[in-house]
Amino acid sequence: MAHAQNHEHDHQALPSDPALRVKALESLLVEKGLVDPAALDALVDTFEHKVGPRNGARVVARAWVDPAYKKRLLMDAPAAIAELGYTSGQGEHMLAVENGPKVHNLVVCTLCSCYPWPVLGLPPVWYKSAAYRSRAVIDPRGVLREFGTHVDEDVEVRVWDSTAELRYLVIPERPPGTENLNEEELAALITRDAMVGVSKVPPPGDKA
Amino acid sequence: MNGVHDMGGLQDMGPIQYEKDEPVFHAEWEGRVYGIDASLRAAGKWNLDTWRHEIELLPPADYLRMTYYERWLRINEQLMVKHGLVTPRELAAGAPDPGSAKATPALTRAAAASRLNRGIPSNHDPAVQPFFEVGQRVRARNLNPTGHTRLPRYARGKVGIIARDHGVYTFPDSNAHLQGEKRQHVYSVRFPARELWGEHASPRDSVHLDMWDDYLEHV
Repeated sequence: MAHAQNHEHDHQALPSDPALRVKALESLLVEKGLVDPAALDALVDTFEHKVGPRNGARVVARAWVDPAYKKRLLMDAPAAIAELGYTSGQGEHMLAVENGPKVHNLVVCTLCSCYPWPVLGLPPVWYKSAAYRSRAVIDPRGVLREFGTHVDEDVEVRVWDSTAELRYLVIPERPPGTENLNEEELAALITRDAMVGVSKVPPPGDKA
Repeated sequence: MNGVHDMGGLQDMGPIQYEKDEPVFHAEWEGRVYGIDASLRAAGKWNLDTWRHEIELLPPADYLRMTYYERWLRINEQLMVKHGLVTPRELAAGAPDPGSAKATPALTRAAAASRLNRGIPSNHDPAVQPFFEVGQRVRARNLNPTGHTRLPRYARGKVGIIARDHGVYTFPDSNAHLQGEKRQHVYSVRFPARELWGEHASPRDSVHLDMWDDYLEHV
């Protein structure tokens, strides 16, 4: 940190302990009135405890049990998602895409990390990785195999590259053996990965 | 900019590293960076497109080596200096310069919450006419701008079909450089996998990209 005047041209590696650097940065910004530590606490709390894939699972479970809701979700995803109370940023413009016997949807952001925060929370590291971003568009079936997901040859794999402000939520297929489950039990089966499209929702009792 | 961030179609990036039961933040500092980033964006000196471009401007070797939140940390430091919110000396010292001005009202917790809920403006604007319509065949233009763009290389020059009109959005290529919003229609364009990747791709598969009017031309 000694070469302050060269900072803009300094492309050396970060100090090995970014924790210290961030602590110093936060205290600087607080002193300068640019951030409020309570605001940071609230943002962290939001994503650690309030917004995450359980929200998306409730949306999908509702769509599975309520055909009118599913229709609204497919027509106007932000409004249908807001019906369940989920309205935070990065979900203002959303499209729900439905898997079926002849189509399997897969979501990626090849340019960075666009992801539907209100329903899935912040993206996992693999979603933001070079490996996933590079290959999801050129070899989606290889990516699916890597996740242990089999899609028949006669099923279209439809990849959604989130290149604009639209965010995508996959409505996975409802697995067999779930006819007697209620909405809450269904929601418990629905995984983040299935709503990104890298997996399917396993039948109940299947620990795959 | 034809940068390393534009990864669609690259090969040999290795297997996907999957972490079971992954935490939202892997260390406390990542969450703090997330919050600092949101707070500074709320200060309004730069927009989301400027921010994205700053990440793209990281030297390629750094971009590939850094973790996600290391990139966020680095570019927020750079943006703060570029936009005059802090000086390089303040960053190095972790304390304000003597006599440095304290910023306008600090971003309170309530303001941060409302910022999270404010988001992107409406995509309805009858005054902005679309240049294309659903069902039309279009070609992604072969553009290689040196600034920000959301037109990935792998789609340039390829022919697809307009699947949906998403409405009107700010044009990132100008907005990133604070050269105007140039609001225009964005479409979901469906490209057959074979159009993008050749005969070895599945004849059934497709990739949908969201594309602004300025990225497209008539076939």
